[in-house]
Amino acid sequence: MGLKILNLIIVLFLPFLMLGVIKKTKAFWGGRYGASVFQPLWDFIKLMKKDFVISKTTSGVFKIAPVIILSSTLFAALFVPLAASSAIITIPAGFILFAYILSLSKFFSLISAMDTGSSFEGMGASREACFTTIVEPAFFMLLASVMALCGNFTFDSLGKIIQNSGGYGVLICIFAILVLFIMILTEGSRVPVDDPATHLELTMIHEVMILDNSAADLAIISWASGIKMLLLSSLIAAIVIPQGLSLGISALLYIALMFLISVVIGTIESATARIRMSHVFEFVFVMSSFALVVLSLVVARMFGG
Amino acid sequence: MNWIKTKNNTKINLNEIPTLKISELREEIISLNKRPLAFFGKDWGSLGTKLFVILADDECGDLYVSSVLFGQNEKEYDSLTQVMPSFHIFEREFYEQFGIKPLNHPWLKPVRKNQKDYKFFEMEGEEVHQVAVGPIHAGVIEPGHFRFMCNGETVYHLEIMLGYQNRGVEKLMVEHPSNALAESICGGSVIAHNLAYSKVMEILKDINVSKRAQLIRTLALEMERAAIHIGDLGAIAGDIAYLMGASVFGATRTLVINTMLEFSGSRFGRGLINVGGVNFDIDNEKIERAIKTFEKVEKDVERMVKTMLKNTSVMSRLEKTGTVNIEKAREIGLVGMAARACGLNLDSRFDFADECFKSLALPRKIFKGTGDVNSRFQLRYQETMESLSISKRILAMLKNPSKDELLAPCTNKVSANSLAISITEGWRGEVVHIALTDANSNLTRYKIKDPSFNNWYGLALAVRNNGVSDFPLCNKSFNLSYCGNDL
Repeated sequence: MGLKILNLIIVLFLPFLMLGVIKKTKAFWGGRYGASVFQPLWDFIKLMKKDFVISKTTSGVFKIAPVIILSSTLFAALFVPLAASSAIITIPAGFILFAYILSLSKFFSLISAMDTGSSFEGMGASREACFTTIVEPAFFMLLASVMALCGNFTFDSLGKIIQNSGGYGVLICIFAILVLFIMILTEGSRVPVDDPATHLELTMIHEVMILDNSAADLAIISWASGIKMLLLSSLIAAIVIPQGLSLGISALLYIALMFLISVVIGTIESATARIRMSHVFEFVFVMSSFALVVLSLVVARMFGG
Repeated sequence: MNWIKTKNNTKINLNEIPTLKISELREEIISLNKRPLAFFGKDWGSLGTKLFVILADDECGDLYVSSVLFGQNEKEYDSLTQVMPSFHIFEREFYEQFGIKPLNHPWLKPVRKNQKDYKFFEMEGEEVHQVAVGPIHAGVIEPGHFRFMCNGETVYHLEIMLGYQNRGVEKLMVEHPSNALAESICGGSVIAHNLAYSKVMEILKDINVSKRAQLIRTLALEMERAAIHIGDLGAIAGDIAYLMGASVFGATRTLVINTMLEFSGSRFGRGLINVGGVNFDIDNEKIERAIKTFEKVEKDVERMVKTMLKNTSVMSRLEKTGTVNIEKAREIGLVGMAARACGLNLDSRFDFADECFKSLALPRKIFKGTGDVNSRFQLRYQETMESLSISKRILAMLKNPSKDELLAPCTNKVSANSLAISITEGWRGEVVHIALTDANSNLTRYKIKDPSFNNWYGLALAVRNNGVSDFPLCNKSFNLSYCGNDL
């Protein structure tokens, strides 16, 4: 248990590095040197030291939201197998609890944005809520299919896809990874869904919701959204990294995979334009169709013989 | 005669300008059906206010000038905007400056002053919401207030309230006319405004500018056009989060403005143009270097634009976004680059060409645009390449040393009782400067019209029925000036 908690603490600081690597990749493609990969961590520390500026139009919801966002995200982290260790809390159908704890965090970020009374933040909140309604069913469909396939309703079944699915294994894995990857782009507010680097309030989604947050509030919200991205990436790791390796090797593989995912995100952000807002739904909906593919493959495997 | 017909870069005697009654002039304007170039008042002492109207005939390159004298007690007239919407902003400005009210004007709102009384157009309904942006923006840009009436993500109506940058330039120009002041009218069109001002003063003082100085001026104007267009191509790429475009165009623009730095000591060409000519010559070493730089810029811009045009994610953002069709563009009187992107064939470089530009004998390229962001993007690319090729040609001509004096002496007196007009095609469109003098050769009125003055309303129309998140993209494709409008 002690090892697991130590593992968790180390892993919780990886999001800063992932963000740093994404920025470095973008700088590379843009022909710049870019800031150090540790810059997001320095920014976090800098923000923690700053004084709060809180709008007079806000109520208690705005003040309490960042804490709930961070704590629920951290709680969700307990359910996910991270790096070298399996999940700290393993309960049957834990993925449903996992998803709704993350939704709790999202709910508070939405109402905290609405609480500021700014028309931008309301717009951002409505967009974010809209995407969630598409992401959530796809996520459930994917996990439920995979877990039904393995007959094990914990995240551990993600690592057992290949053993359980005969000839369909590779296909299921590929589509499952694609679903999770689009989910990372959507939930992590990356291009082509959102543009984390823009200064234009009218086009923002996630960034605009935290316009009024400052100092430690802003720092922990950014940290929480980094952790969320890491948790979803860890699900990909659970599929890809074989089980039963020694602690050191699987930890190394995990870090290498996180690095790879960051580089891929950074490259996508450099090479494509952002999708028009009215078409983003179509892009996010691709997740559902991939999840359906997984479901049908699972059905074929289980009932098709 | 109800009109006096004249050309660009000329002066006319004030006494020769016909003075009509407003009802007569109104009939005349409607029957002539030409584009308004200027419509401004001047305080006429105890007699009241005189309104000068200048219409442009772009096909023949003619200007029609006439005037109306409003007595002290005449405080209203029947507005032209009801019949010709392109007059809307001119009549609003005239009303704001002289208090003479155009009756039945459908949109009589403040242009620059009295923002506190501004009544926004409002829509009601359960799903309609307002989004107010500015005047202070998240980026480092000028102040301006935008009010969107949206239904969900769709913009039904946008209102743009400006005037935060009103510095009283027209009045300052009368009191302390100078090149430095003209350069500060709009930071993005330093050369165009300074050139228009210098020409007006040269006309009034009967100064002839040498051939070499004229070439350097034309070169500077084209370099400004290329630099800003490249910068805006990058900004468009940045707004759709296409990082590669933003970086490449950003770096390429620097090459052009750094060449300007070599020529004049300022990246934006401040201090290059002066009344009488130019302040700096360009030696052969600099010419060689500049030609090489421009060749590289041409190559880089072409490659990047072609890459972008092939990228479907980019094209899906640009195409059919922010469309202003040609009928609307004509109706509201768009000018310059924005008008050409809609398919209107307006370019004062050709329509009202000066000697130097005529002597280059350049072919006029017609752009068949549909008025969306994609058209403006492609037109800017085409104009960038044209400007770079013109620049290279002028640089080659400047290689031959000449004994032309760069700066003609400005000893002549300003001609009395005159009205001087000069039109210069800046990168946004026509920059019009008009100066009036009295019997003692003093400047009494200085009128400036930046193309942004006409085109802001075009932006408001462009975003209708578009997603609110596409506004920044539409805005960047026009890239209008706040201070050029506010003066």
